[in-house]
Amino acid sequence: MTNDADLKELKNIYYTMYRIRLVEEEISTRYVKEQMRCPVHLSIGQESAAVGVSHYLKEGDKVYSNHRCHAHYLAKGGDLKSMICEIYGKENGCLGGRGGSMHLSDLSANFMTSIPIIGSSIPLAVGNALSEKIKKKNNVSVCFFGDSAIEEGVLHECMNFASLKKLKVLFVCENNQFSIFTHLNQRQPKNRSIEKIALAHNIAYKTVDCFDVKKVIDATSKSLKYIQNNSSPYFLVLNTYRWKEHCGPSNDDHLNYRDKVETERWIKKKCSIKALDSFLKKHDNNWLETKEKYDNIIREEIEQAFMDAINSKLPSKKDSWKFIYA
Amino acid sequence: MLKNNESLLVTYSEAIRQTMIEEAKNDKSIIFFAQGLTDPTGVFGTLKDIEKFVEKDRLIEIPVSENGSVGIAIGSAISGMKPIVTFHRVEFALLAMEQIINNAAKTSFISGGKENVPIVIRLIIGRGWGQGPNHSQSLEVFFAHIPGLKVIAPAFPKDAKGMMLSAIRDKNPVIILEHRWCHYLQDKVKSNNYLTPLDGPKIIKKGKDFTIVCVSYMALEALIASSFLDKINISLEIIDLRVLRPLKVAKILKSVNKTKLLMTVDLGWKSFGICSEILATIFCTQKISLKHPPIRLGMAEKPTPSSRGLVEGHYPNSIDIIREVGKVLQVDKLKLDKIIKEAKLTLSPIDVPNNIFKGPF
Repeated sequence: MTNDADLKELKNIYYTMYRIRLVEEEISTRYVKEQMRCPVHLSIGQESAAVGVSHYLKEGDKVYSNHRCHAHYLAKGGDLKSMICEIYGKENGCLGGRGGSMHLSDLSANFMTSIPIIGSSIPLAVGNALSEKIKKKNNVSVCFFGDSAIEEGVLHECMNFASLKKLKVLFVCENNQFSIFTHLNQRQPKNRSIEKIALAHNIAYKTVDCFDVKKVIDATSKSLKYIQNNSSPYFLVLNTYRWKEHCGPSNDDHLNYRDKVETERWIKKKCSIKALDSFLKKHDNNWLETKEKYDNIIREEIEQAFMDAINSKLPSKKDSWKFIYA
Repeated sequence: MLKNNESLLVTYSEAIRQTMIEEAKNDKSIIFFAQGLTDPTGVFGTLKDIEKFVEKDRLIEIPVSENGSVGIAIGSAISGMKPIVTFHRVEFALLAMEQIINNAAKTSFISGGKENVPIVIRLIIGRGWGQGPNHSQSLEVFFAHIPGLKVIAPAFPKDAKGMMLSAIRDKNPVIILEHRWCHYLQDKVKSNNYLTPLDGPKIIKKGKDFTIVCVSYMALEALIASSFLDKINISLEIIDLRVLRPLKVAKILKSVNKTKLLMTVDLGWKSFGICSEILATIFCTQKISLKHPPIRLGMAEKPTPSSRGLVEGHYPNSIDIIREVGKVLQVDKLKLDKIIKEAKLTLSPIDVPNNIFKGPF
């Protein structure tokens, strides 16, 4: 079933996911040096959601994100060096040091914005879809949000609006089960399905386990077709897991707020990168060589990005008075 | 619409309606968001019959979802549209503060000027006919506090027309506070669209004895007060603040240095209000020697009650201005009482706009 073209595609997907993982690990390792002086919400464990969704997006499709935006940014093609410089607060950061880790944006990649207030970027994505509809364009607006956004009124307002006006929006809920330390069960009714919230707004939906990135890609591809064929929004729920603490570079499982068996299962048995690695090992004879090559290329690129960031200049305080008004 | 650029007597609401429709006919990126956009009342007449002039897909009838709708308008503005959002009362915007403050006011800054939010948000301040606590708040300071927003409150039809056009063409988010009672004011206004820059306060009446700085509808109360004080040879210099952010005080400073007396008349509550900011700004800018401590008038520090029995004394009016000016200038009591008595004869019932002073100006 796996032909050469598929394999090539899957190798690219592996590359992108693995690159995100290594970038995040590098941030995690270097964070203690206190040179990255802004909050970081690492995407480790959630790479397949970002990469799976972005894989079939077209250049004109725009992506909107939240505080945990590193993977979304890199998966859509955001520039790595600009991102690291931004986290280091340097003048050549993607926002010149105005936003930091939680506001990443790369307009050249149509990765529009990241807003760290839950649900806040969702209406911006819907607004873009409205604008595209008025301009009679077919681009899709994609907004990533976490499971806690389900609790925000603005999501429901936006789903109602997008459904009513038939807008091309892909709503993506990454359900990692936790809002900071609080489990989903303490925040939402146990037997209320997340995906069926879309049904209440007459929006089509699908839930996928992010363990297998191929399934995320497949579901996204179908949802994008649905959006185009029906000129309607779509709701994708991606079940995933946050490996690290909510905010910061470390593991925080010693705080015992998560079920150990569940954490173990997601990290040891449900790593989407490992899963794809095993798949490629089975289907590609040269995989180990290729993998090593990828590893070298990525590590070199990351080292360079961090060196550039460390050696770049901090912006001057007079720059903070610019752009308050257009 | 009129062909020649005639000056015709129109109301404030008709003046801004003309601006929005004319500009929207020329600029197809302008889109309208409101509840009841094409209903028979057309948002107090300000958007009446808009569907006859603007294509349907540019008229966004919004669900009752204020934060979502404002956010969607902001998102569309970032993507090249010029939305004009209207809420029937400023209080509805409280539900949209998150989007206004976090996204409208920050996008230009965060993006380093690569993106901007050319949105106009029209917020109508209610008053009278028993509006009660949640339909008659001013709240202009909530918006004026935020860098990145422009906040304007034109009081009169000529300004409203020209400033509305400037707001629509501005690349930044502009909040327009329209006092419901200003909607009824009339003046001779040019029929063609024109730009009135959003460049700060305007002296609407020159005078030498007392500087009165007013916000929005309070400028009308000051004009009324002035017409009576003129009779006893007291000339007020009345400044209509017009632009709350960015706040410019040069004209106020100049006037105060001339009259040496200052009264501020706030539309909303005095505490932490616009006039607090004006006083703080001018006294921190220069050494000013006044003949008397500044007088501050504003809405009474309580929620607005509904009953006309309870609302008595809640809003400052022309009589309060006359009385305070008279006190400071030590006007003979009999003389002052006489003009106050005359002024009282012109007052409308407390819960409806003043029909005698609706213009032209």
